[in-house]
Amino acid sequence: MYLTIAVIVLIFVVIFQIAKASEYVSVLKGEEKSRKQNNKINGFLMIVFLVLGLVGVWYCNELYYSKTLIPQGAASVQGEMVDSMLMLTLWVTGLVFVATQILLFWFSYKYQEDDNRKVFYFPHNTNLELLWTVVPAIVLTVLVVIGLRNWFSFTGEAPANAQVIEVTGKQFGWIFRYPGQDKEFGKKYYKNIDNSNNSVGLIWDDKMAQDDIVTEQTMYVVKDKPVKLIIGSRDVIHDVGLVHFRMKMDAVPGIPTTMWFTPKYTTKEMKEKTNNPNFAYEISCDQMCGNSHYAMKGIIEVVTQAEYDAWLAKQKPYYYAAFPEKDPAVSKPAADSTVKPTTAKSLTPVAQKSIVKI
Amino acid sequence: MSTEAVLHTHSDVALGHHDAHADHHEHHHHETFISKYVFSMDHKMIAKQFLITGMVWAVLGGLMSVLFRLQLGYPDSTFPWLEDILGKWAKGGRITPEAYYALVTTHGTVLVFFVLTAGLSGTFANFLIPLQIGARDMASPFMNMLSYWFFFAASIVMLSSVFLETGPFSGGWTAYPPLSALGDASPGSKTGMDLWLVSMALFVVSSLLGGLNYIATVLNMRTKGMSMTRMPLTIWALFFTAVLGVLSFPVLFSGFILLIFDRNFGTSFYLSDIFVNGVGALPNEGGSAILYQHLFWFLGHPEVYIILLPAMGMVSEILSTNARKPIFGYMAMVGSMFAIAILAFLVWAHHMFVTGLNPFLGSIFVLLTLLIAVPSAIKVFNWLTTLWRGNIRFTPAMMFSIGFVSLFISGGLTGIWLGNSALDIHLHDTYFVIAHFHIVMGVASMFGMFAGIYHWYPKMYGTYLNNTLGYVHFWITIAGAYLIFWPMHYEGLAGMPRRYYDYSTWESFKQFADLNRFISTVAMIVFAAQLLFLFNFFYSIFKGRKVTTLNPWGSNTLEWTTPIRPGHGNWPGEIPEVHRWAYDYGKDGKEFLSQTTPVGEDESHH
Repeated sequence: MYLTIAVIVLIFVVIFQIAKASEYVSVLKGEEKSRKQNNKINGFLMIVFLVLGLVGVWYCNELYYSKTLIPQGAASVQGEMVDSMLMLTLWVTGLVFVATQILLFWFSYKYQEDDNRKVFYFPHNTNLELLWTVVPAIVLTVLVVIGLRNWFSFTGEAPANAQVIEVTGKQFGWIFRYPGQDKEFGKKYYKNIDNSNNSVGLIWDDKMAQDDIVTEQTMYVVKDKPVKLIIGSRDVIHDVGLVHFRMKMDAVPGIPTTMWFTPKYTTKEMKEKTNNPNFAYEISCDQMCGNSHYAMKGIIEVVTQAEYDAWLAKQKPYYYAAFPEKDPAVSKPAADSTVKPTTAKSLTPVAQKSIVKI
Repeated sequence: MSTEAVLHTHSDVALGHHDAHADHHEHHHHETFISKYVFSMDHKMIAKQFLITGMVWAVLGGLMSVLFRLQLGYPDSTFPWLEDILGKWAKGGRITPEAYYALVTTHGTVLVFFVLTAGLSGTFANFLIPLQIGARDMASPFMNMLSYWFFFAASIVMLSSVFLETGPFSGGWTAYPPLSALGDASPGSKTGMDLWLVSMALFVVSSLLGGLNYIATVLNMRTKGMSMTRMPLTIWALFFTAVLGVLSFPVLFSGFILLIFDRNFGTSFYLSDIFVNGVGALPNEGGSAILYQHLFWFLGHPEVYIILLPAMGMVSEILSTNARKPIFGYMAMVGSMFAIAILAFLVWAHHMFVTGLNPFLGSIFVLLTLLIAVPSAIKVFNWLTTLWRGNIRFTPAMMFSIGFVSLFISGGLTGIWLGNSALDIHLHDTYFVIAHFHIVMGVASMFGMFAGIYHWYPKMYGTYLNNTLGYVHFWITIAGAYLIFWPMHYEGLAGMPRRYYDYSTWESFKQFADLNRFISTVAMIVFAAQLLFLFNFFYSIFKGRKVTTLNPWGSNTLEWTTPIRPGHGNWPGEIPEVHRWAYDYGKDGKEFLSQTTPVGEDESHH
């Protein structure tokens, strides 16, 4: 520690002494002469920086491209549209980047001070200025058109066959609600929230709420079937970030938001595709939400329809967590037969096995 | 014609007034220490006060980033000396999440507002406006002094929040409610947030006092012959900056007032349907957390240009001076700044594409956002053309200006990605955003600020900065800036979220551990290089080479017609009259023609 500080101070002193000495030398040599010398050095360094910079850009790409999500591809239909738009934007901006940086540093090098050069008095040129107003405008229009086409398709109505799941963020975790057999969500009111047995504040008097299924941490969705999320928050603003599906939407208390996408690969398929046995579709909270923001993780399991049905069959309505005495499996014959959950009869042995695996 | 006449009358009046002031001034040569250095009403001294306070904050803010980069780069290591200096915030030598978020938040707030707003436009608007338009001081020197002291008070309040038991505010510099409104949701939102709000309110007052003064001065106090279209681009930039600030800071202030009400008086502007763990359901219903974001970003986006425009203006001036060639397309430069200033007010919701904003409304904001790329492109190509066939002198100021253009291109282009909502869905709140705004707004404006300091230092202190240290400073800083922020784009493309304390538990993001370590190491080196600059700055005030010529850079603008160390009032005699624009470099074989040179009979027309 002290050694490091000592070394840093030493380096500073050396640099400073050199700098001071060079100032004295320049006074002795004639300031104009040493200024011109410095000018040459810095002019040369401009071109060096350009070359090293471009090599660096290439090298950085070599190192890190494979660690981004682009090579493994998007895991949703919408995500693939995002990726292709991203590549187009990359080409357009990349070309402009390389061209303008080369011009900038090359001009700096080429037009460094030279006693023999007479500068070109060139205060304006209407044609040139029009050119670089109109061309960027046209290119941007193309990007805007593609972008908005995608944007409206992403934010438009979800297809009618979409599975609907409600996602609720809280400090610091995710709660998922499925509508149950009636395919309708029951009503909720935040003042009913009770951490022990009513995490989203369902109104139990509402019949539709009585078969709703509530889980935490892991959400199950079906491959190739559009899924629509109705997103909300219990406390502060969170954000449902789904990097593999290229989707993101804030969870705002009091204002439900929605997002929909169509997953293309099951979790298992992605494990093979990415060659990573630990692969998981992680839900990251992308909106600063407090001191454990960085640990607010959820998981999405993408499964086949059969696996999903098997999983669903094992879920009990949340109602029974609040009123265990009403659970037909626990108590004697159920008082309310309409909310009787699906029993294991729809389960095939195959599906049962695969559940164990997931 | 009529405008011209009106403007001339104005400046004549101003001139008359100021001549009287100057005579009056001649009798007052006994300034006390307090009136000269502390409660000074001289715009040049106030500029230096802003600059040095800004530098103090830059060091503190930079140091904070080094501390939290330490956590990001070395999440598994412990540094016992951290506990020595931070106490309970780094128990066992590892920064706690509370401290990490407090550091991130304070770093953001301080750099955006105290360094790049007050430190940048506070310094250069104060210093350059009167000197470059030919005025003896600001329209209201007293308000100008108040502007600094309100900023100073804001600084003290912000600094004191760091020492609270519950810590400073830790919910991000944007301070979104409900997190910022509920002390029970985060310890940083307790007293730390109260002090943050008080500090920011004081800062808004400071900014308004300054901004109104700059506008009044530019409009009314230009010297004879200094029509609006003869003003140097620095002044245009600072003028637009002031207009943006005056129109948008009050909106931010109103947002803060509502937040104060929600925090302290039980209102529900931003709160609805909230259940806080450990507290239970709150009574507030019917508010909208999104309303705050609209109010915040209505300032927040213009704020980006408040930071960037002064740098653009100074860079235009410095590029032209040191290329010994007129700025290309002066009117296009003014026009594009005007376009940027207008559009700055119409793009705020691009920060809110994923808040559940109406998609149609979002599409309008996409269109307007990408429209801003057009004036930006015009500026870049005009700068490039200014260099073309010039005769470039690489002063440190010139190098930082070239660096600014490079960074502005790099960071500006990624704005085209983020402004397109369909891509923003993926990149929002990832490291891509961090890379984008640090390059285009943070580092680029910092480069503009350095360029300004190196260029006008001889006028500020009558001495030169050491050039060799300047070159070392430049090359380390530009290389470091790219090494830090360029690879972050890749983290962003992997969707790595910003504001995370630790990525090691995330299967999707943990592959960047080595890169994070590399970035942190470079950040420390670059921070150390800034200390070199600081040393150069303070050492040269006292021991730097003395300036011996009036116009060391061979520049056309009026500040170089003042004495080497101008007193209060700037020109000892009459204020010079202006006869031409500021960019007659290399005209008719003459190296430069000062704005005060009358137009010759045989001069060519362009």
